[in-house]
Amino acid sequence: MNPKLISLTINGSTHQVALSPNTTLLHALRDLGHTDVKSGCEKGDCGACGVLIDGVVVNSCLLLAWLAENKELVTVAGLGTPDKPHPLHKAFVDLGAAQCGYCIPGMILSAKALLDQHPQPTDEQIRESLSGNLCRCTGYVRIFEAVRVAAQELGSTLPE
Amino acid sequence: MLSTNTHILFSEFEYHAPTTVNEVAELLSEYGDSARVMAGGTDLLVQMKMERRRPAHVISLQRINELHTITQNGALTIGAATAIRALDQYVTLNHPSLGARLESLSAACNLFSSVQIMHMATLGGNLCNASPAADTAPVLLTCDATVTIKSKTAEKTVPLADFFVGPGKTILGPNEFVTYIQIPLPAQNTGSAFRKISRVVADISQVCAAVTIVRDGNIVQDARIALGSVAPVPFCAEQARAALVGETFGPELAEHVGNLAAQEIKPISDVRATSAYRRSVAFVIVRDALMQAWDNCG
Repeated sequence: MNPKLISLTINGSTHQVALSPNTTLLHALRDLGHTDVKSGCEKGDCGACGVLIDGVVVNSCLLLAWLAENKELVTVAGLGTPDKPHPLHKAFVDLGAAQCGYCIPGMILSAKALLDQHPQPTDEQIRESLSGNLCRCTGYVRIFEAVRVAAQELGSTLPE
Repeated sequence: MLSTNTHILFSEFEYHAPTTVNEVAELLSEYGDSARVMAGGTDLLVQMKMERRRPAHVISLQRINELHTITQNGALTIGAATAIRALDQYVTLNHPSLGARLESLSAACNLFSSVQIMHMATLGGNLCNASPAADTAPVLLTCDATVTIKSKTAEKTVPLADFFVGPGKTILGPNEFVTYIQIPLPAQNTGSAFRKISRVVADISQVCAAVTIVRDGNIVQDARIALGSVAPVPFCAEQARAALVGETFGPELAEHVGNLAAQEIKPISDVRATSAYRRSVAFVIVRDALMQAWDNCG
């Protein structure tokens, strides 16, 4: 089971990294310092390990890192910085949508994938987009509201 | 010694990423039982993490373009590695008329776990994993779907109804894999519906049911009824079907047929639901699916 040199493009930067075939994308990313990608259930139930791959949200715990080669990977830190937060970051902070915070990176990436596809989502679409992300603290109400607020914020900045 | 069941992928394997189906057949003929074909990986990697499977060779279908494509030529031919989300989008976006007749397929795709899993999991994987709860299986059974099975030396197409053997077991031999799933295009006066009961939408079915009806005026010309999570394999309710075909449709008939289906199934009690609960809701969802399928008949 020989490691192979794999090229991973994460938040716009490309890394060459030697990985064994049994390394999941989740652990490849965390080992590279992207600890904003969280390890939760490790079996595709909780969504904490969510990553955008070419704009699509997937559970990185169920993807072999080798399969992510030459694709655009985005983690929650890739959406903005503390100085220039993404509207989703800002809405989650403003509304106190995070308690322990562990599920939030996955939540925000699921919401990002939704808003990229449906800039003005219905409540039903927001619920569906978050259905693969488990939160054991909040009861989801503020998370849901934060996505709605971010959608309004993004909508108001769209060109006419 | 590493502990087991950590949910981390410890097991070592050789990874193969062929680009043609012939290469897959070649690899399977060489490695047989020690190999496992991986489509989306959402079932296989969990099984490997739980150490229920330890394949020495993992053969990915990810780079085989033809297995990710859907073609329409008298039948829908769906590459085994087509993601559930891609299948749903194909049916609903490209073929609105088809979408109405195959509403059960769209519904099963939409209720298929979470958005993340819909993007990763595949139709072929859902069938080959052979869970009694596989959401797409009852739908495909009611569509008279067939599966094409390939090995290095042969290729055959078999009815899906003959494909499942038991929980996690199919007729696939160690050298064989599924390349395509075919769905005959439903006639114009066909309606279908899918219903699923689960704790939350993204969860595995406690019971699910799919129905297809071919309508002739007020008469049920032909029909199929299939259920998931109620027997060791996805289950065709033949007695219920016999009571439906040739009859004048109405709410009383739907009620009667739903009752027959609920008596026919062989549900177990497990962590998700009791046998009695499954029987009770099977009646309800078969009845409701029949009513909706009838309404969907164009």
